[in-house]
Amino acid sequence: MNHTAVAATHEETSTGLSNFKLGFWTFIGSETLFFGALISVYMVYQGRSVTGPYPSNVFDIELTTLSTFVLLMSSLAMVLALAMVQKGSRKGSLFWLLATAVMGMIFLGFQAYEFTHFVHNGLKLDTNLFGSTFYLLTGFHGAHVTVGVLWLLALWVQALRGQLGQGDALRVEVAGLYWHFVDIVWIIIFTFVYLLD
Amino acid sequence: MVTAEATIRTVPKSESGIWSWITTVDHKRIGLMYGVTAIFFFLVGGLEALLLRIQLARPENDFVSAETFNQLYTMHGTTMIFLVGMPIAVAFFNYLMPLQIGARDVAFPRLNALSYWIYLFGAIFMNASFLFNAAPNGGWFGYVPLSSDYSPGPNMDFWVIGLQVLGVSSIMGGVNFITTILNMRAPGMKLMRLPPFTWMTMVTSFLVITALPVFAVALFMVTFDRFFGTRFFDPMAGGDAELYQHLFWVFGHPEVYILILPGFGIISEVIPTFSRKPLFGYSLVIYSGILIALVGWGVWAHHMFAVGMGPIADSFFAITSLIVAIPTGVKIFNWLATMWGGTIEFKMPMLWAIAFLLFFTFGGVSGIHLGVAPADLQETDTYYVVAHFHYVLLGGLVMAIFAGIYYWFPKITGKFLSEKIGRWHFWFYVIGMNMTFFPMHIAGLLGMPRRIFTYSADLNLETINMIITIGGFLTGIGALIFAYNLIKSLKGPATAGPNPWGASALEWATQSPPPAHNFNNIPVVTSREPLWDDEAAMLEQANGEIKKPIHMPNSSYWPIFTAFAIVLSSALLMTGQWWAPLIGFGLIALGILNWTHEPA
Repeated sequence: MNHTAVAATHEETSTGLSNFKLGFWTFIGSETLFFGALISVYMVYQGRSVTGPYPSNVFDIELTTLSTFVLLMSSLAMVLALAMVQKGSRKGSLFWLLATAVMGMIFLGFQAYEFTHFVHNGLKLDTNLFGSTFYLLTGFHGAHVTVGVLWLLALWVQALRGQLGQGDALRVEVAGLYWHFVDIVWIIIFTFVYLLD
Repeated sequence: MVTAEATIRTVPKSESGIWSWITTVDHKRIGLMYGVTAIFFFLVGGLEALLLRIQLARPENDFVSAETFNQLYTMHGTTMIFLVGMPIAVAFFNYLMPLQIGARDVAFPRLNALSYWIYLFGAIFMNASFLFNAAPNGGWFGYVPLSSDYSPGPNMDFWVIGLQVLGVSSIMGGVNFITTILNMRAPGMKLMRLPPFTWMTMVTSFLVITALPVFAVALFMVTFDRFFGTRFFDPMAGGDAELYQHLFWVFGHPEVYILILPGFGIISEVIPTFSRKPLFGYSLVIYSGILIALVGWGVWAHHMFAVGMGPIADSFFAITSLIVAIPTGVKIFNWLATMWGGTIEFKMPMLWAIAFLLFFTFGGVSGIHLGVAPADLQETDTYYVVAHFHYVLLGGLVMAIFAGIYYWFPKITGKFLSEKIGRWHFWFYVIGMNMTFFPMHIAGLLGMPRRIFTYSADLNLETINMIITIGGFLTGIGALIFAYNLIKSLKGPATAGPNPWGASALEWATQSPPPAHNFNNIPVVTSREPLWDDEAAMLEQANGEIKKPIHMPNSSYWPIFTAFAIVLSSALLMTGQWWAPLIGFGLIALGILNWTHEPA
């Protein structure tokens, strides 16, 4: 394990970027098209529902602004977590990794609350086009956040066991890439779905 | 540590036995498994085509029912595109690209194995539908409502779930190949020294990772319509069936280039080798490939001229579609110019390459007709379209694949495919293919619609359809002769040295077949045609005494486990219970957890 870890950090590549990082960037490129298509579908169908409830009936912009703020702050926490791992601070790594994951969970909590609230107001997945496109888009985003939270928690457990030293910063960096990406996607969703309605 | 160093310096042994194949992460073995599986499905898809042709040989035939006919043509198209065309290219990417760039494996060997197993299980899942007499029946592009309301049985469930799973496999492969090419090149292997086949691997992979996610969204929407009661494409609910068509073709047209660009790559390797000349206008050929991919993103709606998008959209997509002909033409002329003045050797790979030039161009020309919107309105949904894309695929892609198989077979096995049997294969296939698809142009112009299970005797289409069917069987015989050639040649003696054709690229520096670690020492590249500049030095570097420790990735059974879990969780959706896939999710999590904890 140790041997491969050392080998991995010293691998020589043509671009100088590690395979893991370059591969992950490529994957993120693929993901942009996935969310791009989902957001486009939402935009194309905007205002075309033939029955209510409509966005104005259910959206609570203040609440979603708050959850958006939490997710944005989690990106800051992610940056600090990476800095702590790079510095070799075990305490700092543990704190900020957990902070990032917890903020992600708070965001998911808000989303769960929002979904329940919408269903109470009569907006289900199959109620109208708005419901279908909204749940499809935000649902897939929520699933991505969930994966991110699990990833962060896995890193946190490793840090707890002392398996996340300075040499493992790359793994945290790539998790960070994912986390920031999911965060940016949310900013776009928030703008197009909630603010520009 | 000293002893560990000593053992690591010895040549890694290739293991044998079924378990070694199940757990392999060797790009060459995975490439072979892709290739064998794709050829198997090529025969399956071909059989489906012949059943269709038997039904259409005579008017008002009742060889198969209309419903069976629907299933057969849907599965013929789906199989040939997703289970043959894409994977056979991936087989070539896997086997050859790391050798061409001077690498020991791909960037993510276990991910590579995972891609293969998902492909295999996904393909089995989709074809298992035949056991339930419920094969997909909505056409290979699954237009709504044919794929939703009009197909209430489980048929299209197999299709949406199967393709979703196969898409995951393709995207993983794309990420892997791009990373490998950008990151794992031998010293001195600059981007503009890459062999053209590797270049096309990269361009194709970029198309795969960008086009497949859009298809994933379309498939998810149909899946939700089928399972969770949404009405995404129902006009009564404000939905729009045209949106599905746009999403499908935004994927579907880049997909066309995903299928053909690997063929272009193969042709760009074969023609210089058998003309004894470097590829004419290398940079232009590469840039044209990139341009085709870029423009290919802006032409999708030429598949939809008949929908009624309006004159502005129609004009736009007609113009962009015709523009694609320019870089394609550049490539054709560069290949011709490579042959011009060369010392041409008419070995089997070269014969296929020349046939490719002829028949691919022919398919391209009918493509120009179809790109002209007013002409398309007359030709769309007729056999003219069927003729066009079969020329491009069977006259283009498949001929390039045959060229590639005859070309690299000695590298892969150390043995040559028989030239004599090869010529029988060639002529049966070429005559059969033209006899099948050339008359289809005429049938189409006479008004014969595609996807119709029978036709009236009054239409005077009887003779033409009989000719097409006979041609189909000749093509089939050609394919069987090819299979015979493969089996017979495998039993022959291994006489191929490292570079039997006197080619220029790096894969010919190592032994045939290559050892598990590919090169004893990674060659240092100083030019575009390393073996033509200094073959002795390249062979010495590749096969001489090992100077640096070689670290090869460990084999693993977690890829096959995880692949099984992924396909299982998707298949469990068929139960109609929303929670059922969660069982599979648990297994996926278990697979990933173990995956990350084993030394790579």
